[in-house]
Amino acid sequence: MIKEPRRHQAELLVIGSGLAGMAASLFALARGVSVAQVGNSGVIAFTTGYLDLLGHDERGFVDDPWQALIRLREDEPRHPLANVTENDIRAAFTSFTQSLTEMGLGYTAPGAHNVLALTPAGTLKPTLSLPLTMQPAIAAMAAGLDTLIVDFTGLNGFSAREVVANLSQRWPGLRAARIGFPDMDSGAEVYAEVLARALEVPATRQLLAERIGPLLGSAQALGLPAILGVHRPDHVHRELQSLLGVPVFEIPTMPPAVPGVRLRELFETRLPQCGVALEPQHRVKRLELHTQGVTAHLEDAYGEVTIEAAAAVLATGRFTSGGLRADPNAIRETLVNLAVSQPEGRAHWYRPDYFDPRGHAINRSGVMVDEQWRPLDATGKPAHPRLFAAGSLLAHQDWIRQRCGAGVAIATAYKAVDAATQAARSG
Amino acid sequence: MSARPTSPGPVFETEVLIIGGGTTGTGVMRDLALRGIHCLLIDQRDLNAGASGGNHGLLHSGGRYAAGDADTAAECRREGDILKAVAPECIDACGGLFVAVEGDDPEFAARFPEHCRSAGIECSAITPAEARELEPCLSEKVYAAYKVPDATIDPFRITLENVNHARQLTQSIFLAHTELERFIVEEGTIRSAICRDTRSGDTLTIRARQVVNAAGAWAMQVARLAGCSGVQLLYSKGTLIISNARIGRRVINRLRPPGDGDILVPGGTVSLLGTTSQTVENLDDIHPSVAEVDRLVAEGCALVPQIAHTRFIRAFSGVRPLLMARGAETDGRKASRGFSLFDHESEGLANFATVAGGKLTTFRLMAEKTGDLVARRLGNSEPCKTATTPLPSGDAIRWTEPGFAARYWAARREPGDLILCECEMVPTSAIDAIVENAPGAELQMSLNAIAVRSRVGKGTCQGAFCSLRVTSHLYDRQVYDSPLGLRNTRDFVAQRFKGVAPVAWGEHLPQLELAEALHCALLGLDQLTDDGLQSPTTGGRVP
Ligand SMILES: Cc1cc2nc3c(=O)[nH]c(=O)nc-3n(C[C@H](O)[C@H](O)[C@H](O)COP(=O)(O)OP(=O)(O)OC[C@H]3O[C@@H](n4cnc5c(N)ncnc54)[C@H](O)[C@@H]3O)c2cc1C
Ligand SMILES: Cc1cc2nc3c(=O)[nH]c(=O)nc-3n(C[C@H](O)[C@H](O)[C@H](O)COP(=O)(O)OP(=O)(O)OC[C@H]3O[C@@H](n4cnc5c(N)ncnc54)[C@H](O)[C@@H]3O)c2cc1C
Repeated sequence: MIKEPRRHQAELLVIGSGLAGMAASLFALARGVSVAQVGNSGVIAFTTGYLDLLGHDERGFVDDPWQALIRLREDEPRHPLANVTENDIRAAFTSFTQSLTEMGLGYTAPGAHNVLALTPAGTLKPTLSLPLTMQPAIAAMAAGLDTLIVDFTGLNGFSAREVVANLSQRWPGLRAARIGFPDMDSGAEVYAEVLARALEVPATRQLLAERIGPLLGSAQALGLPAILGVHRPDHVHRELQSLLGVPVFEIPTMPPAVPGVRLRELFETRLPQCGVALEPQHRVKRLELHTQGVTAHLEDAYGEVTIEAAAAVLATGRFTSGGLRADPNAIRETLVNLAVSQPEGRAHWYRPDYFDPRGHAINRSGVMVDEQWRPLDATGKPAHPRLFAAGSLLAHQDWIRQRCGAGVAIATAYKAVDAATQAARSG
Repeated sequence: MSARPTSPGPVFETEVLIIGGGTTGTGVMRDLALRGIHCLLIDQRDLNAGASGGNHGLLHSGGRYAAGDADTAAECRREGDILKAVAPECIDACGGLFVAVEGDDPEFAARFPEHCRSAGIECSAITPAEARELEPCLSEKVYAAYKVPDATIDPFRITLENVNHARQLTQSIFLAHTELERFIVEEGTIRSAICRDTRSGDTLTIRARQVVNAAGAWAMQVARLAGCSGVQLLYSKGTLIISNARIGRRVINRLRPPGDGDILVPGGTVSLLGTTSQTVENLDDIHPSVAEVDRLVAEGCALVPQIAHTRFIRAFSGVRPLLMARGAETDGRKASRGFSLFDHESEGLANFATVAGGKLTTFRLMAEKTGDLVARRLGNSEPCKTATTPLPSGDAIRWTEPGFAARYWAARREPGDLILCECEMVPTSAIDAIVENAPGAELQMSLNAIAVRSRVGKGTCQGAFCSLRVTSHLYDRQVYDSPLGLRNTRDFVAQRFKGVAPVAWGEHLPQLELAEALHCALLGLDQLTDDGLQSPTTGGRVP
């Protein structure tokens, strides 16, 4: 194979293809900025599909995240979400969920309150915006509808009985049933993604409806693991509802799960169509910062690639995605060697008790930014006037415990793109 | 409301009550059962909850004690040979090396063969080059090396086999989560033991003719409950770390007086590096610390340099119960590794015995001596049979061996037998066998209990994923039918965390980050209250 060097040019380089990177590209497109993006899909594959803004604080579950954000600005002024105005957060969330919906993955608009969404264990999770395929669960639970939860022989890690056992005190009308998936009912293991792709075929939906129909009995709603198609879930969902005549909702399964696959495939097919020069499944090896902007170096199967851009948004995520790395006694940022706010020494990374409600200090480590979302270097100054940072990489937030994963990703991407666009266009 | 009258709860009758489900207590149980005696074994937590689940699994050749304690060394050698013959499936006769590296005392090294000879331990000198050929992971700085017949033993398997055999022989019983709280003593005889089921909080009473205290590090406390103060123990905490892949073929010992990080022991597919030694006052809340892990890594590197870059998946700690002889030293490593059998007769009790100290390697001998005493007291003249009777295996007790589940699953090729734990390839059939019939199997069996009897949670993910799949399966089987099942899962992952956090760096840290995301952000296990329910403050709203 002939390997030849290639060059791309764009106004903005987005590094990372997690939620923050994807949101950044969408926001940049909306502003008419030309975008190049690099990064493999990160932890998107693990998400439930729920988009949390702020689901938890020291008082427990958050009902009104907007109210909780006011308190957050008081209590945690360095929290990334405390540094974005309510209007900007709303605008960012609304724009993001609208884009998803327009691209074919329907989401509820962010409301005034959190909703309690279902998890595969039958627990509840406060979130702000959810896929339309999961939404009917909220109303069914609120109304206490008689509801059947169906699972499938061979679908490892999803048990309708578990959902019912954990939820029935709050939702007494729940019942569980197990069936074989049409044409995949030998008893052998089946995978959610395979089932989801199979349900894009009308005949399979028909067969599935025929198996579920007789089990419905008095049930007024039906819950299924998240398998209602990959590319056109809203369509598959509608079709199945009309075949069965009751509201149908999906429950996320154990990751990596279909809702994450949907997001990833949606971005990977639609962003290039919108003009983003996307290099998926690759990592920037080296990032050069110079007065005119940035140059990223990477390598794919066809050789070296260089990307020149007037500004960059760094959204490389945390440890799991490789944006941060933990040496035995210090945490570092992997691409530019930015300063990392962190506890002193490994002994302070974790508390003795896993579920300590205060969370672990390591989760609040990360990259620090100035008021323009420019990451700081060891001297406490912006590392470069045209380098910006967004997403879970940022310090002073604990998305895991605060249930603010998507919130931090989307809101900070919005702000970082804002600032990066100005910098890129300042000549 | 009036106070509840204290009821004796259910009453169990047995010939011998044994307190402590480690290798010693289960060894005594089997020893007595082989003499036809019915036993009831209790443990406040579960089998191998103490030192028996917190050691290297090194079946000592005796080499390690040859220099300091020739009797213990010879005892180890004899017992090692016996166990290799009666329980071969629990043992990997991998052999061992003793190696000295630059900086280690050359005189100590030079005297090693002579010490081994006097303890009767086979020992052959090899050149440093030969040692490095046998174990390429060894440091270039090795200057002396000897081969000894060290081996490794699966302490979980041996315990399960002991209990299973005793169950087969005399229908002896094991009760988990049953804590001895007090004795009722009349006229120099323990009449009954009042225990608490720590899971339900209920009281139960056990009546036995003889009582054996095999409570390991807790033996002093148990003896005191019987009014006996003669058992004096020193507590020495030791911490070990487990690598994610096996490092050497053989046991590698550092040839110097015992110190931190000087034994590297293979354990099937992994290796264990140990140990530290720290005197502790309290037996509660024994957990590995970052400082101990760092120390092990730093010391271990001198022997095996690649340890500096090895991915460790877990740390754990155990407490050595060391017998304090009169005027004994307070250094845990120098105190005696021998064991003592107390008949408590001079303290006025006729049916109580305490067996304390010793080693995993010598558990059979400890059980034999205890069994002799107890059998004699019961008027039973059957001799000890454990030195010659092979330990039988069984369907429900073979799942602790690394790699076994994978081989079993691959050979069976049953498509419906889903893999629940991907790291260790544990299939549903293994879990089913365990919940049906493993020693200690019970209704709503906890995930911790299943893990003790299998490889669940022992692989790279340390239970982050497999715990959830096993939980779902247990709900499917209706082993669980309420939120309590999920609470079990929560407790299990919280327990695993204590071992993972101190080794979480490099490639292992993302594993823990992902686990926490899964357990908290996704499932909200951090929000479960003790009744297993969530307590959200908001109601369901329609967006
Ligand atoms: C199990 C789980 C469940 C979750 N559930 C929810 C949920 O229900 N609701 C919710 O709101 N959030 C949830 N999240 C969180 C949410 O997915 C994350 O908070 C969010 O994805 C963080 O986004 P990010 O883009 O900042 O980082 P990531 O998603 O981690 O993305 C970082 C990206 O950077 C890339 N990268 C790293 N280094 C380089 C490099 N050198 N060059 C190029 N690219 C690089 C990575 O490949 C990756 O694409 C969940 C996360 C997990 C793990
Ligand atoms: C770090 C370390 C490394 C070691 N390495 C080795 C080695 O490589 N090779 C070797 O041969 N030996 C080794 N040993 C020694 C060996 O592990 C122990 O000697 C052996 O396991 C002791 O077994 P046991 O049954 O006597 O005690 P334990 O295993 O401690 O069992 C005592 C049991 O009693 C229970 N109990 C306590 N109080 C009560 C109560 N009130 N009611 C009910 N139950 C109660 C506890 O829960 C516990 O399970 C090591 C020890 C340690 C600590």
